[in-house]
Amino acid sequence: MLTLTNVRKTFNPGTVNEKPALLGINFHLDPGEFVTVIGGNGAGKSTLLNMISGVFPLDSGSIVLDGNDVSRLSEHARARYLGRVFQDPMRGTAADMQIDENLALARRRGQSRNLHWGITKAERAEYIEALAALDLGLETRLSDKVGLLSGGQRQALTLLMATLQAPKLLLLDEHTAALDPKTAAKVLELTDEMVNKSQLTTIMVTHNMADAIRMGNRLIMMHEGQIIYDVAGEEKSALKVSDLLGKFEEAAGGEFANDRMLLG
Amino acid sequence: MLLALQGAVSQGILWGIMVLGVFITYKLLDIADLTVDGSFALGGCVSAVLVVEMGVDPWLALIAGTLAGVVAGAVTGLLHTLFNIPAILAGILTQISLWSINLRIMGKSNVPLLKVTTIFSAISDVTGIPQATVSMIVGILFAVLCVGAMYWFFGTEIGSALRATGNNEDMSRALGINTNTTKMIALMLSNGLVGLSGALITQSQKYADIGMGTGAIIIGLAAIVIGEVLGRLTPGKLRSFWSRLIAAVVGSVVYFLIRAIVLQLGMDANDMKLLSAIIVALALAVPVMWERYQLRRSYSKGGE
Repeated sequence: MLTLTNVRKTFNPGTVNEKPALLGINFHLDPGEFVTVIGGNGAGKSTLLNMISGVFPLDSGSIVLDGNDVSRLSEHARARYLGRVFQDPMRGTAADMQIDENLALARRRGQSRNLHWGITKAERAEYIEALAALDLGLETRLSDKVGLLSGGQRQALTLLMATLQAPKLLLLDEHTAALDPKTAAKVLELTDEMVNKSQLTTIMVTHNMADAIRMGNRLIMMHEGQIIYDVAGEEKSALKVSDLLGKFEEAAGGEFANDRMLLG
Repeated sequence: MLLALQGAVSQGILWGIMVLGVFITYKLLDIADLTVDGSFALGGCVSAVLVVEMGVDPWLALIAGTLAGVVAGAVTGLLHTLFNIPAILAGILTQISLWSINLRIMGKSNVPLLKVTTIFSAISDVTGIPQATVSMIVGILFAVLCVGAMYWFFGTEIGSALRATGNNEDMSRALGINTNTTKMIALMLSNGLVGLSGALITQSQKYADIGMGTGAIIIGLAAIVIGEVLGRLTPGKLRSFWSRLIAAVVGSVVYFLIRAIVLQLGMDANDMKLLSAIIVALALAVPVMWERYQLRRSYSKGGE
């Protein structure tokens, strides 16, 4: 489904701010895999997702998605394969547009847009059903502006928008990090539901190690632009937070994992 | 006085077409496009030269003025999207170059349309209605047409994508919208309307002048904010899209009424630019002050 070959990225090359972010990532994801990604700040987790979604151009290497080499495609062209949810709930939705308008935009992801009416009656019925499944009471607020919703509601809506038209790959970039614990739990629950319903291939970046172990069927740990640990299946589900902390310690060169890794 | 006010109303409506153009970039795309000053004069110059020197049908000259505006918008769009020049600077660059281009087009700084047929004189000749009234009626017709067309367009898939781009670019790209394309379309449409307005004004006032677009963007912004303030004062609050468009045109009429009244009261015409700037600053400041007042009042109620 997704194959990264020797993907490299350095920010601000040739300047004092030079920052190697990804040091030749090789990574393969099979259809239906749900991988969680952990690692300290600056490990390259978000950069990895941004490279896959085309926010920044590659320095070298290739990215093959669903059999298509997308390495040189622009961000909007790759969107046809990808559903994305960002850390900031404000980034995933258009605040001044209505809930149904946002959904209609998402439903047309990857399709050519023309002068047909932007949203049809039949769609609205579909949206009411999908919103009702979120259980947040949004199904009666179709023509409310999204800016009126809470962060958690917006994030749930973004998640729905990302999966409304089943993506080849779902990218979740710390999508619960900005939410309060209760709302975060709700959004994670919805994530699980949606991924399971359509057997979506998913990459979820998180800072919460317990979530990383509990969710999905594979886990990778990143450190300084490299994947340093990759487990799947039973070995993964048997992991404990202490195991992961041990791995962090190992990666940090014997020293105890610092605050940045634990709290960041 | 009454005559001056009627003139102000029709002027306000014809300029209202330009305000609709500014609405696209300022309210929907969220950029202040300074091309407007240049493309307004461009629309006027092109239609004047076509009618006066080439004997072109005044209706065709309107279309040509519109297309010239579209091209000007495309230039700003290319500077902005292809070369990543900030939108404001891209607009200034186009605006400055249009000053020279407009002079080249006219060959002088001013082209009178006194002895030629304009759309307004033609209609007046056929119907017998005085030209001042014709200006108003034609203005209203054009405004209604433009509002209708914009209401339709911004409801379509492309129009929605354009609104999304102005709202949240990251999201738009993540949803597969080519934001460079939508920005180009917005700038072209916007300046097309501005060019049309310039051409209409030229035919209505019977001259094109190199300086006719100077400060147009300020008039556009003033009209939009006046319209919004008026909308806020109405009971229904005017939230729907078409009412926001109509409010922009009404704002333009109110702007020109204010202008006519203060000129009538004996203000020096040269002070008009200062007054325009003050109107814009006030119109932008009032909502902010109002919110601050509301906030303070809600605090002082307190205790709940």
